[in-house]
Amino acid sequence: MKHIIVVGNGMVGYKFCEKFVQKTEFKDFKITVFGEEPRPAYDRVHLSEFFENQDAKALEMAPAEWYADNNIDLITGERVSDISRKDKTIKTAKDREFSYDYLVLATGSSPFVPPIKGVEKEGVFVYRTIEDLEGMLAYAAKLKAKNPNAKAAVLGGGLLGLEAGKAVMDMGLEPHIVEFASKLMPRQLDLRSSQVLQLKLESIGLNIHLSKATNQILGNGSIVGLEFGEDDVLDVDMLIVSAGIRPRDELGKNCGLEVGVRGGIVVDNKMQTSDENIFAIGEIALYNQMIYGLVAPGYDMAGVAVDQIIGKAEVIMPADIDMSTKLKLIGVDVASFGEPFMPASKGHSIIFENKTQHLYKRINVSHDGKKLLGGILVGDASTYNMLHQIYLNGMAIPEDPSQLILPASDGASSFGDVTDLPDEAQVCSCESVTKGQICSAIENGEATDIAGVVSCTKAGTGCGGCKPMVADLTNATLKALGIEVKEGVCEHFELSRQDLYKIIQVKGYTTFNEVLDNHGTGGHGCELCKPLVASLMASINADTANKEYAIQDSNDRFMANIQRNGTYSVVPRVPGGEITPDKLIALGEIAKKYDLYTKVTGGVRIDLFGATLKQLPLIWKDLISHGFESGHAYGKSLRTVKTCVGSTWCRYGMAESVSFGIELENRYRGIRAPHKIKGGVSGCIRECAEARGKDFGLIAVEGGWNLYLGGNGGATPRHAELFAEQIDNETVIKYIDRYLMFYMRTAKPLQRTAAWQERLEGGLDYLKEVIIDDKLGIVEDLENEMQSLVNKFECEWTQAVNDPEMMKRFNHFVNTEDEDDNLVFVPLREQKMPEPWK
Amino acid sequence: MNTIASKYKTVKNDEVKIWFKAAHINDFPKDGGACVKYKDLQIAVFNFSRLSTWYACQNLSPYKEEMVLSRGMIGDHKGIPMVACPLHKKTFSLETGENLNGELEPIAIYPVKIEEENVYIGFSE
Repeated sequence: MKHIIVVGNGMVGYKFCEKFVQKTEFKDFKITVFGEEPRPAYDRVHLSEFFENQDAKALEMAPAEWYADNNIDLITGERVSDISRKDKTIKTAKDREFSYDYLVLATGSSPFVPPIKGVEKEGVFVYRTIEDLEGMLAYAAKLKAKNPNAKAAVLGGGLLGLEAGKAVMDMGLEPHIVEFASKLMPRQLDLRSSQVLQLKLESIGLNIHLSKATNQILGNGSIVGLEFGEDDVLDVDMLIVSAGIRPRDELGKNCGLEVGVRGGIVVDNKMQTSDENIFAIGEIALYNQMIYGLVAPGYDMAGVAVDQIIGKAEVIMPADIDMSTKLKLIGVDVASFGEPFMPASKGHSIIFENKTQHLYKRINVSHDGKKLLGGILVGDASTYNMLHQIYLNGMAIPEDPSQLILPASDGASSFGDVTDLPDEAQVCSCESVTKGQICSAIENGEATDIAGVVSCTKAGTGCGGCKPMVADLTNATLKALGIEVKEGVCEHFELSRQDLYKIIQVKGYTTFNEVLDNHGTGGHGCELCKPLVASLMASINADTANKEYAIQDSNDRFMANIQRNGTYSVVPRVPGGEITPDKLIALGEIAKKYDLYTKVTGGVRIDLFGATLKQLPLIWKDLISHGFESGHAYGKSLRTVKTCVGSTWCRYGMAESVSFGIELENRYRGIRAPHKIKGGVSGCIRECAEARGKDFGLIAVEGGWNLYLGGNGGATPRHAELFAEQIDNETVIKYIDRYLMFYMRTAKPLQRTAAWQERLEGGLDYLKEVIIDDKLGIVEDLENEMQSLVNKFECEWTQAVNDPEMMKRFNHFVNTEDEDDNLVFVPLREQKMPEPWK
Repeated sequence: MNTIASKYKTVKNDEVKIWFKAAHINDFPKDGGACVKYKDLQIAVFNFSRLSTWYACQNLSPYKEEMVLSRGMIGDHKGIPMVACPLHKKTFSLETGENLNGELEPIAIYPVKIEEENVYIGFSE
């Protein structure tokens, strides 16, 4: 048995192990991996996501158990300090010695910190490891406690620097980017595209300082500013250095391996160093006089090293390495492929630039106009995958190559189809998966859907950029095989939500069993189709959740929001956020009576937490007697219509936003939809009601309202799109009636208006044709259906508390009046909260 | 290991020593559940009327240890009768207690019989 020692447990070191265990020859080897960081390898490419969720586990390449399960010894938190080539041994910082047959160096790189005076001051960080990020987070929190307007700068405007800029924004500090060169991302972008990117980044609040050489870092102990020249100072409270990387080649250098002048361990196309038993892969390997700082070539190197060690000498690294890359920087698409900056002697460039929309597209085409040589995309990289494939496979391009970046006059795509790609086309470059491999996984029955393709080919598991293409290929292949791509809602219905909507409407079904028995695939329903059918019947017949409560989703069943210990929260409706002092006092009295934790919600209502099942109807009886009604905070239905105070009080107000907000909230209350719906009404363009972050939003302007549709907050925030301008109250209601009803008829289950609108073929223009021009001839039906729902509205809590039969469900036990004895509350800032989860 | 979860152990039909009379059949919704208290145990009982079968299991969700399973939706997963926890939609077989969409510990299952429109749950102690 031969022993392999892998030094470094980063992405590439991990990939080496992953590729090795898949080989049958693995049984003749034993692998030991050393990692200096305290945790197993994680996805550094998506490091900035750590700021959003602070979940280090989510970034893990594989959990620690994976190594054990595959008989690999993973030793974390122990740095390898010495190599003795003569004895074929290594020594660690803990003075332990291990011998090897093969040594694989995958120590990666460290951030380059330029020798600027003052760089050792407190508040100066580098951006590389999770520990670095944790240090920054702690420091940022300290800064913000002292000064909510604290500033942080990133030194370096390259790819990683801009990622760090996003991290600064996420930490809530004022972000500044300082770059030595005269443009951002100097290695990937040309001057014009970098200017477009700069405009876009500035528009979302990043401050960018170009052509700045930092002389020294100012401050007494901790950083207070950067000095560029005399009288040229930028005041900042924190600095993140992201000025490039340096290969961590000390180990190799000290044991006499050949290294490059500017660092990096020299390797040949077998990934072998000047010592035949030592390999180097990833960012420490100097191949073709180059350090490759991308994941894909690192993974390829790992694969080559594996094959070389098991004796497949023919597998070598190609001479040309594709440096194409696509990423989303702070929500902005940036991509470059092939030769992005091509000298005029090699071909022509076609450039499309639109600074108002922050768009830039450049393609480089051979002199004869037949080959695509490279290009750059900023602002919209949706065509990157196709362009990249055309470039990689030397595919023919249209006679007028500008069609590749400009929409054709008839709106048709100039690319043809993903199916036109040759079988050897590499779709996923991180995992080297070809089109042929994806298609054959489906053709030979290994996979029957996208999830299956991903799990058996690993396509899309690296940077994820190829996912749309993998999905298109999967669907096209299934279709070609005559397999219908199912849009069924779950295993019990092969029908889509839209089909079910029509069927229930036409047949007039009123119970779940009728729908399941007549149109299901057999079986008894599940947690997906039951609430869906309940929601459809409610959308069509204005049924409340009391009607067939056993098929309602958790929250609808008890008409309250279940909280983490199984108790509920209660939110009465406060239309438009307007509330009398008497009602406010009543809410307070009721909360006190039942000892409920009380908080103002994100939708500016009042939420009362900690109610047991048995308390719910008692609380509601009290609320109803004070004139409250259900707020439907638990339902896939209208939540709030948020308003600013408008012209009734505000000196800038152009219209009565509160009055109109109340009217809209009362109109659409209780209506069940595919997902929750929120509204907003602002009295002027200052937009204090944040109406553009809502499913429907109104902003008062001279001469009426501007109507915005399809916005939301949440995981994928999206601004609503301007749909109509300067319209009056009556037209607003007409349009919203039609819009919501059309959405309720056609959306997928649990799809917000934003996602629905985005995927609507024909987009906003089509929506205008349907709703304003009545292209489908349905607006009268839509309005009538909505009016009928409005007329049938009934408060479901009033219904329930007045019906003893309905009240029966609000008991923890059926055989005793006892309460759940498992509930434990602990004190919290003069209120209470459930005991924390273990 | 854990004191709450360890109180719940599956009872097989031939292990039943006590048939506890829980409630009338009309106290349970059709194709839904309710919770029964027996000594210091909380048992979720389901009236699976589409199958004309009754099921009982622990009310404790093994995921975060809250007493909520009786409030879950029932149905089937590939033909196996199941309940979905209302907190995080973890599903459990009502026949074996096995977690169908994850790797949680199985939940405890209890026998149920109906006599003269009353629901009885079987316990071994």
